[in-house]
Order: sequence, then C-alpha cells, then structure tokens
Amino acid sequence: MKQISIVSGKGGTGKTTLSGALNFLFQNNTAADCDVDASNLYLLLNPKLKKQYDYYGGKKAFIEQDKCIKCGKCQTLCRFDAIDFINEEFKINEYSCEGCNLCVLKCPVKAIELIDNRAGEYYLSENKKMKVIHGSLEPGEETSGGLVAEIRKKAIEVSKEEKTDYIIIDGAPGMGCPATSSITGVNYVIIVTEPTKSGIHDLKRIIDTTKHFKREFGIVINRFDLNIQNTELIEKFCKDNGIKLLGNISFDETVLKATQKQKSIIEYDSKAKEDIINIFNNLMEEIS
Amino acid sequence: MKIAVLSGKGGVGKTLVSTNLTNILSKYTKIELLDCDVEEPNSNIFFNFEFNKKEKINLLVPEIDNQKCTKCGLCADSCQFGAINVFNHGVMVFNSLCHGCGVCSIVCPHEAISEKEKSIGTIEYGQKNNIYFGQGLLNIGEPSGVKIIRTLKKHSKNINLQILDAPPGASCSVVETLKNMNYAIIVTESTPFGFHDMKSVIEICQKMGLKMGIIINRYDKDYTEIEEYLNKNNIEILEKIPFSKEIALMYSKGELISQNDKYKIIFQNILNKIGVVQ
Ligand code: SF4
Ligand code: SF4
Ligand code: SF4
Ligand code: SF4
Repeated sequence: MKQISIVSGKGGTGKTTLSGALNFLFQNNTAADCDVDASNLYLLLNPKLKKQYDYYGGKKAFIEQDKCIKCGKCQTLCRFDAIDFINEEFKINEYSCEGCNLCVLKCPVKAIELIDNRAGEYYLSENKKMKVIHGSLEPGEETSGGLVAEIRKKAIEVSKEEKTDYIIIDGAPGMGCPATSSITGVNYVIIVTEPTKSGIHDLKRIIDTTKHFKREFGIVINRFDLNIQNTELIEKFCKDNGIKLLGNISFDETVLKATQKQKSIIEYDSKAKEDIINIFNNLMEEIS
Repeated sequence: MKIAVLSGKGGVGKTLVSTNLTNILSKYTKIELLDCDVEEPNSNIFFNFEFNKKEKINLLVPEIDNQKCTKCGLCADSCQFGAINVFNHGVMVFNSLCHGCGVCSIVCPHEAISEKEKSIGTIEYGQKNNIYFGQGLLNIGEPSGVKIIRTLKKHSKNINLQILDAPPGASCSVVETLKNMNYAIIVTESTPFGFHDMKSVIEICQKMGLKMGIIINRYDKDYTEIEEYLNKNNIEILEKIPFSKEIALMYSKGELISQNDKYKIIFQNILNKIGVVQ
C-alpha cells in the first residue's frame, strides 16, 4: 500500500480539486481527508456516513469554584494566559488552556483538575467507489496533528481490510502541526501551487517543510495560465533546484461549476480534466 | 475599532479584503494592519514594508543537567505532551513536541532541569505613510503559532483603528486573533466548500459574542445556499464580489485592486456598512 499526500502552502490553490480527481483516477484506493479545518474532500466525494468516532485531544483544566481561595497563583504561573479573572472568579479559558497540568500541581487547595477534552470526531464513510475517512474539529480547538494522525491510522486500517493499493490523502494546508502530520511517513507528496506572488512565497516554505521531513515530492501549478510570467518563474525555480514538475492545470471555469454541484472535475469533459489525467500519468511513473 | 478578517478556509480572499480595506482607510486616517496568519503571512506582498523592528519569539524548553539527574522518571510521567523521555543513557527532550509549559522543571526532585530559550518564530513591525504594519512568522516545523499571535498583538502600536488578518480555519489561533476584537468580517466563496467552512467560523464568532458580517467572494448568483442560510439566520451580507479574471490577475501580481476606481467602491461600501467611515 502506498500513501500519497496532496498539500499546499496556502489554502484555496485547488488542492482538494486535485485530490478529489485523483481519488477517482486511481483504481483501488482509500481516501483520507486530513484537512480537518476545512474538510472539503468528503463534500466532493459525497460518501454515505457509516461510522462515527469521538476524538479526544488533550485535556483542559477546570477550577472548582467552591474550593478556590482566590489566591491567583494559577493565573500568575500559567504560561498560556489561559486563566481569566472575571466576576470575582478565576476561570479557565478553554480556548487557551493547553492542558499542561501546571496549575493543577501548584494550586494550594487542589481546586483544579484536568478533564478529557472531546475535541472533535472522525468518520468512516463510503461511496460507490471507495471508503473515505474524514473528520471535523470542534470550532476553536487546537488544530493538533492528533486528529490527522487518527484519520491516517484509520485509513491504513481500512486500506488493509479492503486490500486497497493506495491511500490518497488531502493534506492540511499551511506549515504547522496538522500539515506536517499529513506528510510524515507518506510515500509521495504532491505540492499544489498557483502562479500568484503569495503562491510562490508559500511554495518555498512548503518545499522546505517537505524536505525537512525527507519526503519525495513533485509540484503541480494550478490555474497556470492566469499569470504565465509567474508560472515561468515557478518552472524555472523547479528546474534550477532539480524539483519534479508533475504538470500544470489550466484555468477552467468548469472546475467551479463542478465544485458547486459537489462533483469531481473528472465527471466533466474539460481542459482541466485532461491536464489532471496527464498529471496522474506522470505521477504513476514517479511512484512505480 | 478593531476588525478581524477571517475565513473558514484559505484562498477565498481574506488577504485581498484586509489589505484593500487597509489601503482605503489609510487615505483618511492612521491605521494598523496586523498579519496574524503566521503560517503564511502574505499581506506584505501588497505593501512592501521595510521592517524597522524585529523580535524573536521564544519558548522556554527544558535542559537537563546529567550530573544531577538520577533518572527517576518523574519529569516524563508529568509531561502531558510526551515531550520528555528517560532512557538508560539519560533524559531526552523532543523540542518539537514541547509546549514550554514548565511542568517538568517544577516536578524534578533534584533540580536537574533548567530552562533555555528556543526560537519558534519572529514578529516584525514597519510603517509607511498612515499604515502601521506588523506580522508574525512561525518557524518551519513548529506546531503552534498562538504565542506569536499573542505577542504580535501585545507589542503592536495599538492604534485605535486596527485590521487583523486572521489565520484561515476555525482553530485556536483564530480564537487568539479574535480576542478583544469589535467586529469580524468573514470572507467566503460561492461553493459548498465555502459554505461549509464559513459555518464553523460563524459559530466561533457567535460563541465569542462578536458582531459579524459576511463577504461572498467570487460570487455566483446561481449558487444560492449561502445567502439563504445567512438570511435565515439574520447575518448581514456586507458585499458580494463577483468573479473577475481582472481581479485574479491583479492579485496574482501583488497589486491592490482598490487602486482601481472600479473596485474601490466595493471596499468603501464594506466600511460604510460596518460603520467605520461615514
Ligand atoms: S491556585 Fe487554586 S486556589 Fe489559587 S486562584 Fe487558582 S484555583 Fe484558586
Ligand atoms: S493546565 Fe496549563 S495551560 Fe491550562 S490553565 Fe492550567 S497552567 Fe494554564
Ligand atoms: S525528574 Fe529530574 S531527576 Fe528525575 S529523570 Fe527527570 S530530570 Fe532526571
Ligand atoms: S516544558 Fe512542559 S511540554 Fe516541555 S518537556 Fe517539560 S513538561 Fe513537557
């Protein structure tokens, strides 16, 4: 079984469009939607929900007001500004608390305890072609790589059961913990970028991150014809640095139309579809 | 007035909105723009500020004195993040997992743990004409930008009128950005993706009791779900920005579209509706 992760430095570059399409082009695969902040792949694959699992991510402190003697020690010591003093009471700010346990250890009257925090959930779903693992975080939760790791674990389990050859992962955007959790240990990373100044800026950062984790990777330039000059810059940058360019995707309004109907671009004869098939072929050469 | 610009997912036009609003406002008054999207700060592409102040953001991570350590294992048992481990040959700290909370040094019975600073990112400030600018940048491989956002806000000029470009999504770093704000502008786009992701951001703003308004970018009148939902829930639509290849091209070159009179009006409308300018 091979794991292929599709990522991008910034969101909105067409990462999900490409991973959705690849999930239809591969013959025998499991899909994993690791973009838990904006879980859009499952919208595109439109699967039926089969099972739901709770995700507990870390812990949060809780102050028992009856016991608290209002000494303020916890507030002074917390390094995450997570304890507020409102209406004459010390209260944990659930968004800021990282559950480190320091306040619990230091409270002189043992008024604080750590409780398990249900941070989100993840699901096993299925459409006609494949099983899909996806998840969602409670709004305001730390986008820890923890949920991403759970989804990937489940995907591997399912892929083994179903004997699929590939897991196609829609990775989390950015450079932080969820993004890195979506590329650790995968066999190949596809980085999607676009020919905008910000796209180029972020591309370099995500390449560094991918190299940092020593993953093999290739680049796809989406909407390449929007700004040919910038596209040429990216192509030159790849060439100069010996980076594999898997292909370009044309700017094509069919993509938007398909997305609005929650369909993959693969279901519409279009320029973008041809481009993606070409990318798929290049990818197969790279990973076989 | 402090305004945060956010979006459920990246790439829907959050930076387009925050930079152009800043540009327009700077014609009338002093304004501060803080780029809190510390994983991908892109605002400066549109302004090219030179930075006159730079600050490193550090966490305190443990350092072990092997002479004093008895390998009792208490530190490892107390760390909530699995960042410190005791092996036969000594104690090892995994810096990338460490939150810098200080628990291990407190529990060590032999005072074998001291703390040293580890850089997790930087914040930078600059100024040009009426615009005061600050941005944060998270180092590659670091898990969380919350502390960078917190410090960026704390060490800013705190000008009366502030626009904050929030990180995309609905995570704790978005919440950190939203603290002490007066208004949230939520940017979305006319797709099921945009719709889905917008809802989680709205939920956060509601929980935090923030006033908000929505901008639908790349607006397509045939996709009606978003408007129906907003109308039903009594949430104001500030503006609908149509899809335009010209906007996309200007943006791709790093140009401010509000320089063009045709688009200037969009942002003026938004400001009118929020009540920043009369
Ligand atoms: S340290 Fe304990 S007693 Fe003191 S304010 Fe905090 S919760 Fe209350
Ligand atoms: S558990 Fe840690 S982060 Fe949470 S309130 Fe206590 S000291 Fe602060
Ligand atoms: S708690 Fe202190 S003495 Fe015990 S293993 Fe950790 S560093 Fe060593
Ligand atoms: S400082 Fe906190 S997170 Fe870091 S190793 Fe010590 S206990 Fe663990």
